[in-house]
Amino acid sequence: MGLEMDIRSIVEQVLLEMKHGTQGNSGANLPAQTVVSASEEDALTDLAKVDLQRYLQVPHPVNAELYQEMKLATPARIGVWRSGSRPLTDTWLRFRADHAVAQDSVLGDVPEDFPAKYNMVCVKTMCSSKDEYLTRPDLGRKLDDENLAILRQHCKKGPKLQIIVADGLSSKAVEANIPNLLPAMIQGLEGMGIQLGTTIFVKYARVAIMDVIGEELKPEAAIVLIGERPGLGTAESMSAYMGYNPRVGMVESERTVVSNIHKGGTPAAEAGAHLASLLKRILDARASGVNM
Amino acid sequence: MAKANEIKSGDILAGIGAENAAERIAAKRVLSQLTLEDLRNNPVVPLETDEVSRIIDGDVNEAIYRSVKNWSVAELREFILKTETTNDELQRLSRGLTAEMVAATTKLMSNLDLVLGASKIKNIAHCNTMIGQPGCLAARLQPNHPTDNVEGILASLREGLSYGVGDAVIGLNPVDDTLPAVIRSLETLYDFVEEWKIPTQICVLAHITTQLKALQKGAPVHLLFQSVAGTEAGNTAFGISGAILQEAYEAGLKQGRATGPNIMYFETGQGSELSAEAHNGADQLTLEARCYGFARHYKPYLVNTVVGFIGPEYLYDTRQVTRAGLEDHFMGKLTGLPMGVDACYTNHMKADQNDIENLATLLTAAGCTYFMGIPMGDDVMLNYQCTSFHDIPTLRSIFNLRPLPAFEAWLECMGIMENGKLTARAGDATIFTR
Repeated sequence: MGLEMDIRSIVEQVLLEMKHGTQGNSGANLPAQTVVSASEEDALTDLAKVDLQRYLQVPHPVNAELYQEMKLATPARIGVWRSGSRPLTDTWLRFRADHAVAQDSVLGDVPEDFPAKYNMVCVKTMCSSKDEYLTRPDLGRKLDDENLAILRQHCKKGPKLQIIVADGLSSKAVEANIPNLLPAMIQGLEGMGIQLGTTIFVKYARVAIMDVIGEELKPEAAIVLIGERPGLGTAESMSAYMGYNPRVGMVESERTVVSNIHKGGTPAAEAGAHLASLLKRILDARASGVNM
Repeated sequence: MAKANEIKSGDILAGIGAENAAERIAAKRVLSQLTLEDLRNNPVVPLETDEVSRIIDGDVNEAIYRSVKNWSVAELREFILKTETTNDELQRLSRGLTAEMVAATTKLMSNLDLVLGASKIKNIAHCNTMIGQPGCLAARLQPNHPTDNVEGILASLREGLSYGVGDAVIGLNPVDDTLPAVIRSLETLYDFVEEWKIPTQICVLAHITTQLKALQKGAPVHLLFQSVAGTEAGNTAFGISGAILQEAYEAGLKQGRATGPNIMYFETGQGSELSAEAHNGADQLTLEARCYGFARHYKPYLVNTVVGFIGPEYLYDTRQVTRAGLEDHFMGKLTGLPMGVDACYTNHMKADQNDIENLATLLTAAGCTYFMGIPMGDDVMLNYQCTSFHDIPTLRSIFNLRPLPAFEAWLECMGIMENGKLTARAGDATIFTR
């Protein structure tokens, strides 16, 4: 988090300087007029698509109108200009900031008090560190006896639906989406009379953790809400994997998937409602994935 | 064999890596004393059960092989590094080697050995233009777009050309692998190249069977692309076989729009066999060498490893990716390929843009044939980062290298480059408007 705050303040400063920057700086006038940050709080997220698509640095393009059209046609970082053959400083730092946020999200952890806020029971896979999580996908699908005992002790057995939240490859995705997604989804499910198990948070988990938990608690269906591998555009994207009769040995094609849950994709609250109705269909069909 | 490999997370995941540093070096010592004949007789997957093994073995020139079969792996390493050993000799030697020999000598080499060894080998190929020439550094322009939007693709294409990128190929990774979408993208690239008379080649990197169908429908095709693996089982997972590649190669020569004779484009990368559970207990470096032996059979115009794309389970950090990049490039060159590298990383790896710039610099010193060029190195479709439009002219300028000659002449005509340097016009994509 510290790293992110540093970058946030640096980027804000960069943006501020670009707003009030020196006019004499050749070729750098354009961004001063075209790059606008909505608010200081949003400065960092604004580095994603929308802002970049207005960010034209080429000093005297042959066809400025075409350039604007080209930039709107792609999220790619074009029209960025150069110093010699190297990128301009703000273009470069913006790129580095986007990457830093993405990396921070992979390597960072969900805050310790986060799961309790949403009444989740906390367990950890057999990975003992983030490093091990990244290099041992097999361990990220297993729980040891101690953690299985926690499930037995604290979780409802045999619910209609088991909700599982997992950090996966993005802790930021959990922090950004769960506060809106989870209440919306639970409200939807309860409204449809679906009996829920105790929500579980699993640290260092892969999608197939659903199978082990399925064996232990025997829910009729389960959903895993898990952070996706961050891109430079967003580090907050979450996926939902749903399975009917979750058990060890179920194949990937048996899972129903909804991906791209984030501000720029399907927003969290909307996703929560959508997932609730999808889960209802899975329970009604008594099947998920390709079996539906 | 596996234990002699430099440390790779993929070998650890497969449970075949050395237990500790001492065991690793002991394994190297043992490996250094094996003969090339030992290695030919013991491919990591038996000939009887694996087509890749059979194709590589069948392509060995027996006369050259006989002249070196009693060499130890150590002798092979030292022959490659000797001052007196020429490019011609190495290219001749290459025809007598199997992938296991190439892999074994690589395991004995230091990073600087790999740079020096590769820098001695110049493998040339011809599609519409000639690649691999001394004094040149080429680049693939990769104008990817998250929805294959035609205007979006053209936007990145124009931008890249204005930086002098695109002489190796203009190659799009499609989001949509369906036939109509692939044909549309092929036509988009082809029409642009024709309109601006650009001396290069185009490619849409769909599955090869889709490209074949496009070709049969009369779509404009220069290069035919496919990802390949180092075992038959790995290729089956990719949905290909030797027969499918042969069919594509022949169809491309017959129906394609390229001059040739080299019209195939392959991508590889350490770890793909393990990821498909098709590694047969072999280490990822040896399997990678087998990709090159397999690729060589189809006389490709381009081959590149996508080192760093697969994730930290296979190549954990900067150190492992750097090593793998140097290994792959060297092995490709020693196998006789015009070898390029997609020097890249994903966001869940311990690497950043500085690391990939380092690797690209090392590889340019090693005589790498081509890199990727992407807007600011940020691929908005594949969600990974690699070398940028800016990096290509930078590397050319540091190492006094030029674009491929025909392409450079065109850049001069367009006013983008003069005497090997970017002009004031360079970097403005809108010079490509009528």
